[in-house]
Amino acid sequence: MIKAILIFNNHGKPRLSKFYEHYTEDTEQQIIRETFHLVSKRDENICNFLEGGLLIGGSDNKLIYRHYATLYFVFCVDSSESELGILDLIQVLVETLDKCFENVCELDLIFHVDKVHNILAEMVMGGMVLETNMSEIITQVEAQGKMEKSEAGITGAPARAVSAVKNMNLPEMPKNINIGDISIKVPNLPSFK
Amino acid sequence: MREIMVRAMYCEMLGYDASFTYIHAIKLAQQGGVLEKRVGYLAVSLFLNEGHELLLLLVNTVLKDLQSTNLIEACMALTVVAQVFPKDMIPAVLPLVEDKLSHPKEIIRRKAVLALYKFYLIAPNQVQHIHSKFRKALCDQDPGVMTSSLHIYLQLITESPDGYKDLTGSFVTILKQVLGGKLPVDFNYRNVPAPWLQLQLLRILSLLGREDQSTSELMYEVLDESLRRAEMNHNITYAILYECVKAVYTIHPKAELLEKATRCIGNFVLSPKINLKYLGLKALTYVVQHDAKLALQHQMTIIECLDHTDFTIKRETLELLFRITNAQNVTVIVEKMLDFLHVSCYVPMKTLTFAPDNSWFIQTMNDVFSTGGDLLQQDVPNNFLRLLAEGSESKEEDDQLRLYAVDSYLTVLKGDASHLPQRFLQLMSWVLGEYAHLQESVDQREVIRLLTQLLDQRSVSSETRVWILSALTKISEGQTDLILDLAEGLSSSQDTVLRQQAQELRQLSQDSQLYEWVLFHLVALVCVFSSQVDSSLSFLDGFVSEALAAGAAPYKPPHQRQQELCEDRALNLEPYSFSLPVSLSSCSITDRQSPTLLSISSGLSGNSTELSQKAGSSTLILEGVKRVWGKDGYLQQKETTAPPVDEPSAAVQPSGQQEAAERLEPQLEPSTQNQDKQQLASSLFVGLGAGSSITTDSFLYGSLLEEEPATSISAFGHTPKSSTANGPAQNKDTKEDRRANTSHILGGDMVIVRPNTIQDKHPPPGSSDLTALLPADLKDLPHSDVSSLTSDPSLSMSSCRLFRDEALLLVIFISNCTETVIKDVAVQLTCEELEVCYSFFSVTHRPLVVTTEEYGKLWLSLSHDVKQNLKLLTDARDPLRTTLNALKDALQLHVVDIIGSEGIVACRLLSGAPCLLHCRVNGAALAMWLRSPHPVLPYCILYHCQRALAQTPR
Repeated sequence: MIKAILIFNNHGKPRLSKFYEHYTEDTEQQIIRETFHLVSKRDENICNFLEGGLLIGGSDNKLIYRHYATLYFVFCVDSSESELGILDLIQVLVETLDKCFENVCELDLIFHVDKVHNILAEMVMGGMVLETNMSEIITQVEAQGKMEKSEAGITGAPARAVSAVKNMNLPEMPKNINIGDISIKVPNLPSFK
Repeated sequence: MREIMVRAMYCEMLGYDASFTYIHAIKLAQQGGVLEKRVGYLAVSLFLNEGHELLLLLVNTVLKDLQSTNLIEACMALTVVAQVFPKDMIPAVLPLVEDKLSHPKEIIRRKAVLALYKFYLIAPNQVQHIHSKFRKALCDQDPGVMTSSLHIYLQLITESPDGYKDLTGSFVTILKQVLGGKLPVDFNYRNVPAPWLQLQLLRILSLLGREDQSTSELMYEVLDESLRRAEMNHNITYAILYECVKAVYTIHPKAELLEKATRCIGNFVLSPKINLKYLGLKALTYVVQHDAKLALQHQMTIIECLDHTDFTIKRETLELLFRITNAQNVTVIVEKMLDFLHVSCYVPMKTLTFAPDNSWFIQTMNDVFSTGGDLLQQDVPNNFLRLLAEGSESKEEDDQLRLYAVDSYLTVLKGDASHLPQRFLQLMSWVLGEYAHLQESVDQREVIRLLTQLLDQRSVSSETRVWILSALTKISEGQTDLILDLAEGLSSSQDTVLRQQAQELRQLSQDSQLYEWVLFHLVALVCVFSSQVDSSLSFLDGFVSEALAAGAAPYKPPHQRQQELCEDRALNLEPYSFSLPVSLSSCSITDRQSPTLLSISSGLSGNSTELSQKAGSSTLILEGVKRVWGKDGYLQQKETTAPPVDEPSAAVQPSGQQEAAERLEPQLEPSTQNQDKQQLASSLFVGLGAGSSITTDSFLYGSLLEEEPATSISAFGHTPKSSTANGPAQNKDTKEDRRANTSHILGGDMVIVRPNTIQDKHPPPGSSDLTALLPADLKDLPHSDVSSLTSDPSLSMSSCRLFRDEALLLVIFISNCTETVIKDVAVQLTCEELEVCYSFFSVTHRPLVVTTEEYGKLWLSLSHDVKQNLKLLTDARDPLRTTLNALKDALQLHVVDIIGSEGIVACRLLSGAPCLLHCRVNGAALAMWLRSPHPVLPYCILYHCQRALAQTPR
């Protein structure tokens, strides 16, 4: 099962953390720091799996991560999960985020924490993968979004302000998250016969 | 409010305390509209955990929302239930969640299933009654609901595979449908239909099929199908493949599938993508448990991975090596692991099971302790001490091991001991205390001096000091002056335990009678502890019955008491009235117990640490890591102690051939720098083929190592004895006996000798007619010439090779040249040189008997081909036939057909890989065209053909 999902940026600032097992506040922060420490040291071209992470569960525990531009997406799972499966689940998550936010970037995660959490809740529930079907996730999230709009009315103003800020194109703003991986064809390997 | 809550969530994530908002989150979930509710629930699921007290306030809200007709509200409630609900609140919501299983909307059903799964994980007995509903969920028309129900089944089947065998058929059908693309298109991910679902199903199937042939048979077809389907090159298909491979190796084996799976692993391991390589290594690690030889094929890759910069890969490789550890390669592997230990504290101690000898073992343990030190798990030093203390069957060997330990520790202590980890120091002081007397060459005073020195060091912790002192107590006999000084110094120490010990030490050293008495009783006590701990405490029976008669409540085991206490609490009775007599009686029992059994130790708590150490080591239930070592290690030793005579100079070198082989090497493996790695490989993988003489596949070095027995045949212990009644051939006039030892070589130095086919015939020594002495079942096999290996005045040795279909037999003749009878010949074979093995290549293939048609078909199917012109033996009348026959004789080929100026020849490796040769006379040369599925094989054969032709006498 999935024990935790962490998203943090290149400097180790947490952008999203969701724990499916209970840890104390302090431990959670330590886990984030430890994970960042482990993950950030690694080169780009070595494998996306890591064993260890003492705080979260020792040797049975695996960290599976992907690095997109400024953000690290890390899933802490136990040994019963398939590594490559989770790796692609991260991909699904990012693609979904991209569709929901139209060109997702780090700021979206900051200003729409609740929405990101809702998307995540549609994918993973209580540590179990609930849905991997991207269109299904988006349908669910949009259904809730509609409800939001109908109720929001005037209260929607802050959200609009945020999107205005986002479009101001400040120079120090982080670039869009690069989801280049989608279009890149995997180099051919000798096919399995 | 909503915005504030979102901010609070953000703050909480950054690590700031926002606990003041918790109650507002619950309020928001209770009172707000749908939008507020959502944020409220989200905040609750992030803020609160299973044990939080505010959670009680949420139950009512959740109940209300579960009954709500609003889809979204119900969804949110289910999510929260699955995330935070603790055990004792489950009954409140269970009926409602159960109802949701038949909800018309699939999203609700799906979430309900997962929530129930979560309940099952938390409290399995509360959801027992709804197992039938899980089955309904499995058959749900919506694939999503079915997928989530698989989570439950995976868990259930992991716990008890037998109860769900009947579902195998359904799972297979589901997988078939998924593979057949029966699911809606939007379940596809990268054109793969529902990959995560497939992963889940494969995992379930492998659990079901484990060690169950009939169930496994149901799934062969679908596994084959999914192996075949998963051909596209994307991550997710590799994930499926990996899962498939694992399944194939878990279930009842089927050769065809295994072969495919093996190929997949090969592709994984050789993949340039690092993630896949990692998975490949993982798969290998899993697979070598079933089939150790698979690692041989990939040994070069494994060696490369060992030096990989990636920590994860390195670790996985070591894990793999750990699985293939055996008596021959343990030294190299442990060396690698020790290197790794410097970077992280991770050594699977089980590797040491195969330690080759005492000094190596002690040395390695020293390294482990001094580098790993305090980071090691507690049971590692415990086990080690236990091994030393209990030893094995033979006292002599135990003492030898202890002697080694004492020696090496003295050396260590004489150096700078300040940087050593505490645990290592403790261990050393214990060993020195117990066994220093075994080493007679070292003065006890010297030992005492070293220990005292250690005691004075500032870096030594007080726990370690206690260990040292108790060690000193044990060896202090007769050294009163030194001890008195020491005790004097310590009796003003700050540490009360130390002070007490010092006091006791002084008492003991002054009163030698007391000392002896204490030692004696200590020994007795240890015996009691280690041999018969009377767990039923029968000697207390009388007391117990008395107490019972006096009205005490009968003794209850702790868990029962606990249970009763719990019940009490739950029923709200007055707990004290009930439990008091129980605790009283149990108290008095323990009180009574201590004077009878432990009174001796109370008088001398100075030794209590060591006492408890011993008691601990005898009662702790430890995985018998070291014990296994003890047995194996000694077993090994017995083998090796037998041959005292070594004749390295006379060791066999098939001289010319070896050089040739070395010349061949660059040709095969262009980069000579690989040789180091190969050597490493050979040392790592030696002995893997043990247990079978049939090789499976084709990696050249691997299969050679495996098939080839040994050269460098060295040494036999022979104890000439004058002829006695039990001499085997005592009544023969020539007093000569022969033993034709047919040894089935099992790799490395493991030799099963089938001795004592004692022959009565006695041909003159040195005769080439030794083959006549072969056992009947081997006589008809083709064999090489008998070559004399070595001889000395009393023994002579010769060997010959026998070609069997599936193996090469090396027969060694040992003949006695003296007049006396020889008893107990021990033969030790070691496989040392890769190159030497190499030279044997020429005998590792067999003729392949095929017809011309078959040959034609086979020819087209083979991929690797090599062409070269060879010398033709022109002097004969029919040069082609002569040449081919010469090759046939020299290389064990099969001449299929000769048509005009062309001839076709076939042979195969022992493992089955064929090699086809097509020869055509081209002027004075022979144009040779070789084809084989194996890339290197044609080169090898070509080379041997060349050599054979060059050697043929004109």
